[in-house]
Amino acid sequence: MTKITFKDNLGASKTIEVENGLTVMEGAIQNDIQGIDADCGGSMACATCHVYVEEKWFNKLPKAEEAEVDMIDMAYEPKKNSRLSCQLIVSEELNGLIVTTPAKQS
Amino acid sequence: MKKTDTIIIGAGPVGLFAVHQLGIKGLKSIVIDNLDKAGGQCIELYPDKPIYDIPAVPECTGEELTNKLLEQIKPFKTEFFLNERVEEVKQDKENWIIKTNNNNAFSAPNIIIAGGVGSFEPRKLSVKEAEKFEEDFLFYAVKDKEKFKNKNISIFGGGDSALDWALELSKFSKINLIHRRDEFRGAPHTLSEIKKLEKEGKISIKTPCQLESIEGKDRINSITIKFDDGKTEQIKTDMILSFFGLIMKLGPIAEWGLNMNKKTIEVNSKNFETNKKGIFAVGDICSYPGKLKLILSGFHEVALASVECFKRARPNEKYRFEFTTSSKTIQGRLGKK
Repeated sequence: MTKITFKDNLGASKTIEVENGLTVMEGAIQNDIQGIDADCGGSMACATCHVYVEEKWFNKLPKAEEAEVDMIDMAYEPKKNSRLSCQLIVSEELNGLIVTTPAKQS
Repeated sequence: MKKTDTIIIGAGPVGLFAVHQLGIKGLKSIVIDNLDKAGGQCIELYPDKPIYDIPAVPECTGEELTNKLLEQIKPFKTEFFLNERVEEVKQDKENWIIKTNNNNAFSAPNIIIAGGVGSFEPRKLSVKEAEKFEEDFLFYAVKDKEKFKNKNISIFGGGDSALDWALELSKFSKINLIHRRDEFRGAPHTLSEIKKLEKEGKISIKTPCQLESIEGKDRINSITIKFDDGKTEQIKTDMILSFFGLIMKLGPIAEWGLNMNKKTIEVNSKNFETNKKGIFAVGDICSYPGKLKLILSGFHEVALASVECFKRARPNEKYRFEFTTSSKTIQGRLGKK
């Protein structure tokens, strides 16, 4: 199990434990994290599981594929540290990961 | 009011296969979809992308799958009502009556909701003043090119739609192409054309930046964009075009009195009926323990739902399970001799 913290755009935060091997998005859905919609179910087709990753963590993550970056173009208020949480696989190395959800997803 | 055996809401792969499963049982259906064509997410989100998990089809694109399904249901000559959204569902004894935003009304003992994640709508610009300019000066699609002649047009987006319209409209207007990063995603030929027009001064490319505000009272005068380094720039603009893809909205379905679980409709996994007798939900929009959002799961769900649809539409007939391989009746319905 890996600890992941979700902050909302107003600063409220919730830390959940996610099984390794799941995606950050799946962890969020299982734990009813508000602010992650994940309409397409993880097929990189909707950009509604968009999160901002804290910088020190952002650089540790495997780089986003081209298709993910293209999809982030469609996201609500994308930033330099934007990722789709359906593409982030949870592992020991991500223990303590902090992500922020945007003001809304669509 | 049109009468039928089953009203299918959603023309995605599962809605299309519903026509088949009902059709081989001798049931008539009509299909309603908000989009202008059949195919749902397959055609709208990934027409060119491969799918590898349709049984016995090692690889096909979203568009190919849609076309094959349309071919498979051709014998049933089903009527499609596209560009229409169901607004209202009412009970009338054993039947359901629905009305669409196009003032069509249908009556049937069964409704199959195969609505995916809801209906598609363009993703809108996030600045709050955007809404008041919509339909006159701010657009999410181009319907009438004439409106865009001899104007200063600011186009947002980095994909095919943004690039194609930048090229097309640059023939008679001044274009600003604005994107949040330096890379654009489009056909190589389009990209080189854009670069050429930039040199000629017909298209001005602004990256990496995003919209900060729109200025103007009754019309747009200018927009302000903010670059990644914090600098801002005001650009004279008459019209804005924004291409940030589509989002899915559940819409009126949420108000039909069905038991919902987040954005999905709860069903039993025996016949995929909802808490309302005669209303079924299949495909991505339904939820039950163990649900997987796969096309193949939707096909299974609709096969089972169609049996219950038969029982409701033909209460005086006995349902008999038959194989397409050996049933003369089914083969007749499929137009085979």
